[in-house]
Amino acid sequence: MEKILQIKDLELSFNTFGGEVKAIRGVNFDLYKGETLAIVGESGSGKSVTSKSIMRLLPESSAEFKNGEILFGGKDLTKLSDKEMQKIRGKEISMIFQDPMTSLNPTMPIGKQITEPLLKHQKISKPEARKVAIDLLRLVGMPKPELRMKQYPHQFSGGQRQRIVIAISLACNPQILIADEPTTALDVTIQAQILELMKDLQKKIDTSIIFITHDLGVVANVADRVAVMYGGKIVEIGTVDEIFYNPQHPYTWGLLSSMPSLDTDESKLYTIPGTPPDLLDPPKGDAFALRSEYAMKIDMEMDAPFFKISDTHKAATWLLHPDAPQVEPPLSVIERMKKFPGSRYYEGSAN
Amino acid sequence: MTQNHEKLPQGSFERIPRDTKQAERISKPSVSFWQDAWRRLRKNKGAIFSIILFGLIVIMSLLGPIISPYEPNAQTITHANLPPKIPVIEKLGIFDGVGELGGKEVDLYELKNVDQNYWFGTDGLGRDMFSRVWKGTQVSLFIAFAAAAIDMVIGVVYGGISGYFGGRVDDVMQRIVEILSGIPNLVVVILFIMIMDPGILAIIIALTITGWTGMSRVVRGQVLKYKNQEFVLAARTLGASDGRIIWKHLMPNVLGVIIINTMFTIPGAIFFEAFLSFIGLGLQAPDASLGTLINDGYKLIQYQPHILAIPAFVLSLIMISFNLIGDGLRDALDPKMKD
Amino acid sequence: MARYIGKRMFYMLITLILIATFTFFLMKILPGSPIASADRLSPEQRAIVEASYGLDRPLPVQYFDYMFGLVQGDLGVSINQFKGAPVTDIILNRIGPSAQIGFQGMLFGTIIGILFGMIAAVKQNSWIDYTSTTVAIIGISIPSFVFASLLQYWLAVEWQLFPVAFWKDGFMSSVLPSLALAMFPLATAARFIRSEMIEVLGSDYITLAKAKGASGSEIAFKHAFRNALIPLITVLGPMAVSILTGSLVVEQIFAIPGIGEQFVTSIIVQDFSIIMGTTMFFSIFLILVILLVDILYGVIDPRIRLSGGKN
Repeated sequence: MEKILQIKDLELSFNTFGGEVKAIRGVNFDLYKGETLAIVGESGSGKSVTSKSIMRLLPESSAEFKNGEILFGGKDLTKLSDKEMQKIRGKEISMIFQDPMTSLNPTMPIGKQITEPLLKHQKISKPEARKVAIDLLRLVGMPKPELRMKQYPHQFSGGQRQRIVIAISLACNPQILIADEPTTALDVTIQAQILELMKDLQKKIDTSIIFITHDLGVVANVADRVAVMYGGKIVEIGTVDEIFYNPQHPYTWGLLSSMPSLDTDESKLYTIPGTPPDLLDPPKGDAFALRSEYAMKIDMEMDAPFFKISDTHKAATWLLHPDAPQVEPPLSVIERMKKFPGSRYYEGSAN
Repeated sequence: MTQNHEKLPQGSFERIPRDTKQAERISKPSVSFWQDAWRRLRKNKGAIFSIILFGLIVIMSLLGPIISPYEPNAQTITHANLPPKIPVIEKLGIFDGVGELGGKEVDLYELKNVDQNYWFGTDGLGRDMFSRVWKGTQVSLFIAFAAAAIDMVIGVVYGGISGYFGGRVDDVMQRIVEILSGIPNLVVVILFIMIMDPGILAIIIALTITGWTGMSRVVRGQVLKYKNQEFVLAARTLGASDGRIIWKHLMPNVLGVIIINTMFTIPGAIFFEAFLSFIGLGLQAPDASLGTLINDGYKLIQYQPHILAIPAFVLSLIMISFNLIGDGLRDALDPKMKD
Repeated sequence: MARYIGKRMFYMLITLILIATFTFFLMKILPGSPIASADRLSPEQRAIVEASYGLDRPLPVQYFDYMFGLVQGDLGVSINQFKGAPVTDIILNRIGPSAQIGFQGMLFGTIIGILFGMIAAVKQNSWIDYTSTTVAIIGISIPSFVFASLLQYWLAVEWQLFPVAFWKDGFMSSVLPSLALAMFPLATAARFIRSEMIEVLGSDYITLAKAKGASGSEIAFKHAFRNALIPLITVLGPMAVSILTGSLVVEQIFAIPGIGEQFVTSIIVQDFSIIMGTTMFFSIFLILVILLVDILYGVIDPRIRLSGGKN
């Protein structure tokens, strides 16, 4: 498959009054054409920062690339000038944000907001742009699009607004769409509609999607591959089946165990103890070790490299080192692994 | 994927038990809202400087009239219109008692045969400006603080009741505020000063007649915002009384805006007092406030600029420091600005 | 919206009636006779003078007479200062200079203030930001009469760049008073626009505009400026009040034959009918400004325009 975006050894820091916050500490991943890659992790894991750094939307006064590159179409996005970056934003790569209630300009009719990227990036006239915008609104399932072009954001519901934001992001048929928690602020029923819409649109226009979320239920629904982030790093990456049914990193175990499921009959939901690491002063070694019940001596001294599980699956945990002792994952995870051919708990076809 | 590592030291893979305390250690120490606010205020150099400056002005306004050997209202006609003269500093060429007389620069102290030093000079009646300025500052500050305190009490009680009880009570109370705040402050103040005997009390009453409406609106808004929030509902569900809810749950949340609002009413009151004095509706002679001193000084601006300059400078310092303190407090206390 | 304006007009009316009633009776309970020379007149003479101004009639009659006059724009006649001259005319004659310096001051102050605030927000923490912040804090702190005195002393008396006072050199003599009045609107606008712009620039829709590929200037002007400017309307009220308050002293200082100067003189000579008339005039002016601000806010901000009034 064609790699459309490659992120290599990306390191990024925020310079704050308190000191340097190392928000991204060496992130590597590739995005393939037409796929949906989900990035999951708890707040502060660096998932949002990673997505914003691809678009270079972080405040330039404080955010600073320390290392690595973001390769897109033969160019390193970290090195582009502002002007060159403006040509990519909205045209090649576009973005959807978390809160549709605040991501539209309240004093601008939505028609104008949709035609803006069209007029900016494509050489078309205003009436043509208007037509495209109406088509886009129809495409995202907005009834009576002609009438609604002149309306202001406050006249739309949250779900409708997110549809408009999606219309804006798709205006120039971008190659990559970054969706930063696009459904978090929506009602569950609306969430499902928006997810359906995104899946549907992806098929129609064949764009690659980076889907940032902390909701594993959503991940299972939309993603082809999943990257799990913790403490500014990717700790495990694999196909959605590999992550859900053959997880290897203790943090992924924790995440999966804390996800409510119909299969588990435990009355109490698992929570991961402690809080995410302070990236002002990241711990030495494995950032998760302090919260992990599987921590080993080496975790305190050295960060684990990636260990390959399959061609598509790798995880950064010392547990995968040949010398490491065998540990038992949490029960709920073992239950999952029983269903995955190739995992050490595989029990044959479950159904 | 580096699968073959250099040989790791022995025992590397020994399991270590999870230390929950360790896991929690990485979380930030918890700070209360007020500690957090104080931390932010401390970082604001302008505000801290202003607090110190204002403190000095308050101390001077109390001590100034005492350390000066002259009474604020004592007239020594032979010593009239003397420019400022301060020993030691006079050698720098300023505050040296030199003034203009008939177009020439002369040491007026020598000319008039004055042995004493008047640090801020004297006015047209030979009164010591140093003690008058500080006495005037004292009066101006007293008026401002009293007016702000009254505004605060009335505004908080009124706004609090209106917001907390809501419904018809709120309706009626708000209509009253709506009408009252439609009346221009300027007009009310001037009219009230005219019917009352001019003086400190008249000015304070005039300033507070409509002044409290601003505070009541802010407090009402905050109370309305907080009273339906879950923590208040939770307290109510647990059987907390109205009094307890108001004092323990609402007050701490509303206190921030009350403080901020008061910090901005004080300079407003100082301004109004000076303004009234300037148009002749303020304190009556021989009592002095910063406003009357500025008014007196303005009349002599072409001949004795110091009589205007010194009280105007003190007034400006107070206003600037108060606005900076207010800004600093707003930034420190306003949760919207957090992070 | 129409209902909202109607409701506001109703409150306005009540407020005005209250102010009129209040001022009327206030003037009646004031110690001393409204006729300044009363002490020097014999009781007979005094009665004649009082009768000529209709002051001998019962209080309710005088009150309703005054109120009916008000409705027709008649503010009564001056008693002491301009014996028998209609107050309405006195005020109308003096609107010109006041309006000129007020308007110039407001316009100049707001425009420069907006510019300062915009630049300060876009170039946050630069020297220009610090300068503008300092100017702004000085502007809101120092009363206009102190400014006016300083401007007069330095620019007119010492450097003789402008006329010291007196309204005869046309525009030149309006410069210093306008400048003195401009300081507060300037400072207010600069502070307000700066903080609004910073808030707006940090909002999600600005990030989305950036994500669409908008350039820095497009973001500042097309997206941020309008959203930052709208709330400025809310401080137009306080600005108008400051201009009006300021005009009382600034006109005094520069000897401008405006309403403010007239008002202060009337207070000194105790011409009750001019004081009452000017009070009414000021009240109507300020109340109209506040109403206008409210309507303007609804017109400009679509969130309010279409949902009908502030919540």
